[in-house]
Amino acid sequence: MSHATPTAMPDNASAAWSLNSKVPEGPIAEKWTRYREHVKLVGPNNKRSYDIIVVGSGLAGASAAASLGALGYNVRCFTYHDSTRRAHSIAAQGGINAAKNYQGDGDSIDRLFYDTQKGGDFRAREANVHRLAEGSASIIDQCVAQGVPFAREYSGLLSNRSFGGVLVSRTFYARGQTGQQLLLGAYQALQQQVNAGKVKTHPREEMQDLVIIDGRARGIVTRHLDTGELHTYAADAVVLGTGGYGPVYYRSTNAVNCNITANWRAHRRGAGFANPCFVQIHPTCIPVQGDEQSKLTLMSESLRNDGRIWVPRKPDEKRPPSEIPESDRFYYLEERYPAYGNLVPRDVASRNAKYVCDDGLGVGASGQAVYLDFRDAIKRFGHDTIAARYGNLFDMYKEITAENPYDTPMRIFPAVHYCMGGLWVDYELATTIPGLYSIGESNFSDHGANRLGASALMQCLNDGYFVLPVTIGNYLADHFRDKVKTSEPAFAQVKAESQARIDRIAAIRGKRTPMSIHKELGQIMWDHCGMSRNAAGLRGAIDQIRDLQKQFWTDVKIPADTMTTNQPLERALRLSDFLELGETMCLDALARDESAGCHLREEHQTDEGEAVRDDVNFAHTAVWEYRGEGAEPARHTEPLTFEALKPTTRSYK
Amino acid sequence: MRLVLHIWRQAKTADKGHFERHELDGVVADMSFLEMLDLLNDKLLESDKLPVVFDSDCREGICGTCSLVINGYAHGPGHAAATCQLYMRDFHDGQELWIEPFRGGAFKVVKDLMTDRSALDRIIQAGGYISVPTGPKPEPNSNPIPQDIAERAMDAAACIGCGACVAACPNGSAMLFMSAKVSHLGSLPQGQPERDQRVINMVEQHEEEGFGSCTNHAECQAACPKEISIDFIGQLNRDYQRAMLLKPHKLRGKLPNA
Repeated sequence: MSHATPTAMPDNASAAWSLNSKVPEGPIAEKWTRYREHVKLVGPNNKRSYDIIVVGSGLAGASAAASLGALGYNVRCFTYHDSTRRAHSIAAQGGINAAKNYQGDGDSIDRLFYDTQKGGDFRAREANVHRLAEGSASIIDQCVAQGVPFAREYSGLLSNRSFGGVLVSRTFYARGQTGQQLLLGAYQALQQQVNAGKVKTHPREEMQDLVIIDGRARGIVTRHLDTGELHTYAADAVVLGTGGYGPVYYRSTNAVNCNITANWRAHRRGAGFANPCFVQIHPTCIPVQGDEQSKLTLMSESLRNDGRIWVPRKPDEKRPPSEIPESDRFYYLEERYPAYGNLVPRDVASRNAKYVCDDGLGVGASGQAVYLDFRDAIKRFGHDTIAARYGNLFDMYKEITAENPYDTPMRIFPAVHYCMGGLWVDYELATTIPGLYSIGESNFSDHGANRLGASALMQCLNDGYFVLPVTIGNYLADHFRDKVKTSEPAFAQVKAESQARIDRIAAIRGKRTPMSIHKELGQIMWDHCGMSRNAAGLRGAIDQIRDLQKQFWTDVKIPADTMTTNQPLERALRLSDFLELGETMCLDALARDESAGCHLREEHQTDEGEAVRDDVNFAHTAVWEYRGEGAEPARHTEPLTFEALKPTTRSYK
Repeated sequence: MRLVLHIWRQAKTADKGHFERHELDGVVADMSFLEMLDLLNDKLLESDKLPVVFDSDCREGICGTCSLVINGYAHGPGHAAATCQLYMRDFHDGQELWIEPFRGGAFKVVKDLMTDRSALDRIIQAGGYISVPTGPKPEPNSNPIPQDIAERAMDAAACIGCGACVAACPNGSAMLFMSAKVSHLGSLPQGQPERDQRVINMVEQHEEEGFGSCTNHAECQAACPKEISIDFIGQLNRDYQRAMLLKPHKLRGKLPNA
């Protein structure tokens, strides 16, 4: 295996980055096997002399921390929640893909690889994607062994269903609570390691900054959310499994506390941020009902298996949906995409919902919704079968909207759901800062410009269970007994900077609550960096965000006592990072002068509104380098090579 | 809609705490209960008063973070719903609401409406898992699991660990929580090797934390947002007795981890 020298770090802001992906040599199907055969190992008795920090306890963080602990490393796992069981992975409903081919419908590792690459619109690094497909089956094996109660057939065999963007049934699920069950599996594995003394969990401690010594990540500073105290921790490596940044849009399907702070602080310390503008808008969410709404609720994409999406053909339709005859219903996905119909990928489904609503065909009080109708499925399969498949989702819908989807179609609209962008990592999941790793949604690596349904859980668990525990050893083996202590001046320095930031926010004593500024940021992002973007809108958004940043730093208001639970302070700290991220997202969207996956630039589409990719100029990952407050970040690129699968125009017709 | 809110305020664990009265205007039917509190907090902050601390995250009833007692009911008057799944359309104009944190058993109030529930994690640490390291595993379909058993395991596994069972129980017992994990893992073939040891260790941890015991009030089942059945407490008791009878006397008590 040809391991080149570690990625060179820029010694100043203007130095060019060499973004070495470290993809191993060889045919794509053999790369990961060859890597594992040649990777450096840390001996069983030496592992105990290494300390590893894992930030985040979602699917990626918990699975990594549990696996590293079981291998023998000393692990600390941090979360801002009160327990390591609460991370937002828990809310994933639909399922997890695996190329088991249990249904005998022609599935294979290659097909899962192909579907993921095509779904991502050829903007992902293909070696990583193939590795993900290779690991998929082992994830199911691992989770079943942990006792994850996946759905079963009467025969006792595991059950599958299909998901958007694919033509096979490869999705494993546990009712509508797949993420919950997978996370609890990882959580339980983590608790086992806590009991064994190999992992120490740090609930209610939120990472504030990264400590770098001699160019390597050596620890973190955290704030204890109950006491307000700052703590420092040293380690041999730091792993960020801190999820996505959907709440930069204020309302999203993410939990209200999801944030970018850990990643952004690492970015400010030198970690490249890749493709920040690649954000997935999920097609099937419950529409916004009012200005005070704090989050959006997803209706699992699995509903598209049996639900039919339509709007009235006439813009001025006043009849209730049940009285609209077949001839006046516009099943726009089935008409436009006969092969995939209601199962087109998420970005295609979302955009089409936007188009029909822009055409004035939207339903509901706001006109910003389309129907998802189960009438025909209930007729075909019966009420009980549909209730068994989607009962909890129907209940959830009824609870939120006070409408019964068994009788009347659901109203759905797209909402911000998943961030394909994230910290840039090489094949080993290492960021541009040596010793700093990023796993799960927190990195950018596997989903390109659009993630297929049921692939997020797969990536988090593959990174955490099977990839990181191998690749991190390759780094640690070179740094045996090379310890630092928190008494090093760098820790005191970074801690003082974190405290200064808190004190600065507390000292503003302005007039605007963090929530009001956050809402304003969200609206700018949704309007100009949402489902479709254009150069003028993005330029305007950048100006607006810069203005909002100034307002934040002169006019934000939080309770004065920072040495106690202070939730407005928590929000303000996260918001200050969202404000910087939002600007970089718009810069990224502006610079990517093509349409790809979820990123639709209005300047680049066919007459039918299909995205037009530009493989000549944009077959690369954009990686942003932070260059100081007020300075424009630098855009670097990692070219994407397509050896196994040549890019084609995505067509789901 | 206008509401009169009596909200529990407690600056820290050691404080006595008290109800604080607020009147809130501008509440609309489509708001969730927690969005109503967001609105209150933003108004408090704007008028230089201390916002109320309360915990929440996913706001769709699955993470188990939110934890309010409303008018005496854990997670409020809704059926099979966490606090975040309550909507203001279920309340009426002029209504008075008493809002408190989850309390009971080993729970401690951290601040205002936020509770320390770490005791639940320690019960899981004592044995609420199947001990498997990460690595190659047998092919799952070589060990079929009858659908009814898988479904029963899933019924138990649906627990979100919110602690409403503890808050609702007159004895401050976490036995519904514990029984859900014991029954989930104990129902599956994979969970059999550690079944006896698991239940003994978890029950002992439950006791050590200071939770009470079940005396069949069934308030936990009524409060549970995931409708976990007290049948699982029956399964827990049976498993515990069986394990104690089967174990040699000298091994009764805390067993070393395998």
